[in-house]
Amino acid sequence: MDAPRKLKVATTSLAGCFGCHMSLLDIDERLLDLLEIVEFDRSPLTDIKHCGHCDIGLIEGGVCNAENVHVLREFRANCKILVAVGACAVNGGLPAQRNHLQLHEILTAVYATEAGLASGVQIPNDPELPLPLNQVHPIHEVVKVDYFLPGCPPSGDAIWKFLTDLVAGCSPHLGYGLIRYD
Amino acid sequence: MNENDIILSVLARHGNDGTRLMQILRETQEALGWLAPHTLTTIAAGIGWSRAEVEGTASFYSFFHIEPRGRYRVLWSDNITDRMLGNQDLMLQMCQALWLEPGRVSEDGLVSVDTTSCTGLCDQGPAVLVNYRAIPRMTAEGVEQMVDLICTGTPLSDWPAEWFNVVSQVRRKDRLLDHGLVPGQALLAAIERGPEAMIAELKTSGLRGRGGAGFPAGQKWEACRNSPGADRIVICNADEGEPGTFKDRILLTDHPDQVFEGMTIAAWSIKASRGYVYLRGEYRYMLETLQAVLDRRRAAGLLGRNILGQPGFDFDIEIHHGAGAYVCGERSALVESLEGKPGRPRLRTWSLSVKGFLGLPTDVNNVETLANACLVAVHGGAWYAGVGTAKSSGTKLLSVSGDCARPGVYEYPYGVTVAQVLADCGATNTYAVQVSGASGITLTTEEFGRRISFEDVPSGGAFMVFDRRRDMLEMARHFSHFFAHESCGFCTPCRVGTAVNARLMDKLAAGHGSVYDINELFKMHRLMQGTSHCGLGSTATNAIHDTLTKFYPAYQRRMKSLDFEPAFDLDSALSQARQMTGRDDSGAHLSNSEST
Repeated sequence: MDAPRKLKVATTSLAGCFGCHMSLLDIDERLLDLLEIVEFDRSPLTDIKHCGHCDIGLIEGGVCNAENVHVLREFRANCKILVAVGACAVNGGLPAQRNHLQLHEILTAVYATEAGLASGVQIPNDPELPLPLNQVHPIHEVVKVDYFLPGCPPSGDAIWKFLTDLVAGCSPHLGYGLIRYD
Repeated sequence: MNENDIILSVLARHGNDGTRLMQILRETQEALGWLAPHTLTTIAAGIGWSRAEVEGTASFYSFFHIEPRGRYRVLWSDNITDRMLGNQDLMLQMCQALWLEPGRVSEDGLVSVDTTSCTGLCDQGPAVLVNYRAIPRMTAEGVEQMVDLICTGTPLSDWPAEWFNVVSQVRRKDRLLDHGLVPGQALLAAIERGPEAMIAELKTSGLRGRGGAGFPAGQKWEACRNSPGADRIVICNADEGEPGTFKDRILLTDHPDQVFEGMTIAAWSIKASRGYVYLRGEYRYMLETLQAVLDRRRAAGLLGRNILGQPGFDFDIEIHHGAGAYVCGERSALVESLEGKPGRPRLRTWSLSVKGFLGLPTDVNNVETLANACLVAVHGGAWYAGVGTAKSSGTKLLSVSGDCARPGVYEYPYGVTVAQVLADCGATNTYAVQVSGASGITLTTEEFGRRISFEDVPSGGAFMVFDRRRDMLEMARHFSHFFAHESCGFCTPCRVGTAVNARLMDKLAAGHGSVYDINELFKMHRLMQGTSHCGLGSTATNAIHDTLTKFYPAYQRRMKSLDFEPAFDLDSALSQARQMTGRDDSGAHLSNSEST
């Protein structure tokens, strides 16, 4: 059998806190083993700005604005296997707490009626800025997602097991102990 | 003797009986090298069948040749376990050394090299058949030497004798392999019990068919005994064709007396006078030894007339040879083959117990089932049911092969966990086990606590181990080609379905697949399960289904396109922000299509 080629992995954080990426770093010295079998494409770890053709895409965070949609689509278009990593990507998570409020109420409160605002402040409308969505969405509502890795964040061990299963070509199975939602 | 005389003498030996066509064809081919058109014509005239019927049989089986073949015919066993042991490289090496394309006969008519389905030597592969003699454990040096022997025209009888040494790797013995019985002991016990009581004991024992289907043996014997008929037939199904299975090879090699005695006990119980062992073509090398055992048993009064002094207990056994057709493991196909016809499963109008071989009530049992019947005869049904699980009494022989330190045959009481077998055979880093062969079930790591039994994971005997280096899509693809090759072609779902599946799997493996192809595979799985004529078609998609379910990433990483529609209207989701900011530029809009 030929030596397996290294699988390409891309990662990003959308409406998340980078906690899941920190958890990825928590696999510690196994990062070296991981680098034996995978190669990182677009990721905060590499600072590559756009995603090339990849085998696995890891998405942290939910979708809260237009830019998130574009990034997520770029990942979906380029990654054969797309994984929702962590509570926000899976369910919307903490940022989705704003979903019971109307976006216009939030924007008005933050930029118009909040006490202590400087005079002349208005809701930012620069085309450079991405517009927020009415609500925060889990990523599977925007693109097809292949696997869900829950946890806030998933532990380093869980991420390790999950990735090594994927690399081995085996449907990932965390099992008791590794699968958790908190 | 000229060719015609040879054919006539073979015909005479078989009484010009068309139902013995398989044996006539095999013996003729062994003498003449291949079955030429005029040979088939002579045989057809001799047995009084049409030429088309004779050619129909001759062309159905892989091991019959109606075209000239090389003086040396090298067939590489091509089970997935042989592949894991590097058979493809060795075959390539051999072809290059012989300046030969696989499947073609060399210009000088000396040699052909090709692949064949699993030859039952998975614990000592990569294996080859040379002129249907089995040679296990091929190596690069072995290939070199073999090429020299072929090129110098050395007859097989002068090849190194140790090459042909097929060993019995028995790793764990239990009640069956440690039976401690002497020839005749079990038969005497059965005779003392009497036929009805013997069948009653068999029913008490809960002994179920070991070929995989698990039909209660006692019920089968009873049905056969109660069927009206001038005579009855006992058939031992030794067509061990399920890839990865070689436990019957061990029984036939090390315990032939128990197998023959089980048949004789069946004959005593159901009042049969004729018995046949349907031995798979790949086990041709056992023929002479088995016949010697039969001769010995005849001499000892354990076969023939008035067996063990019982007046009217007449029974004899004949070994009948298959010719490389997996489907003949299906019992009605086996009976068809035994009658000299292509091995196509019958319509289930009649149970074989009522109308089987030549229309007579026929009992077909697996080799292992018959060997177990000896234990029931000696120790009784209650003793037999003392080990195993509630619905799976006794022990099971497992043929363990693949990624493990100690491949071979293991006998366990039913209920043993997959994990236990893996630990015993020295398997490490295991991530899949294929139980019960190509038609069986694919187990993944979290299922290793499951138990080998009819209640949980039934097994015909194969237990193939895959470690993390292996690609499960490759396994499923390999099996899809196996089934496409072995489908008998009788019913459309199987004939077409197996071919379509093989093409889809190739497409996926080549990286040209999409979700569409996966859906097609699932559709075909449902269709073939529901509509195939026999078990071959209805189980042919099991490995594809299981790997798609449990090893989906192995498929996904090769897919090209993925289809998806978002769950909500993305552009409307920006409505409030557009309103609040007064923006309407392109960045303030989203389309629902996936293009970025």
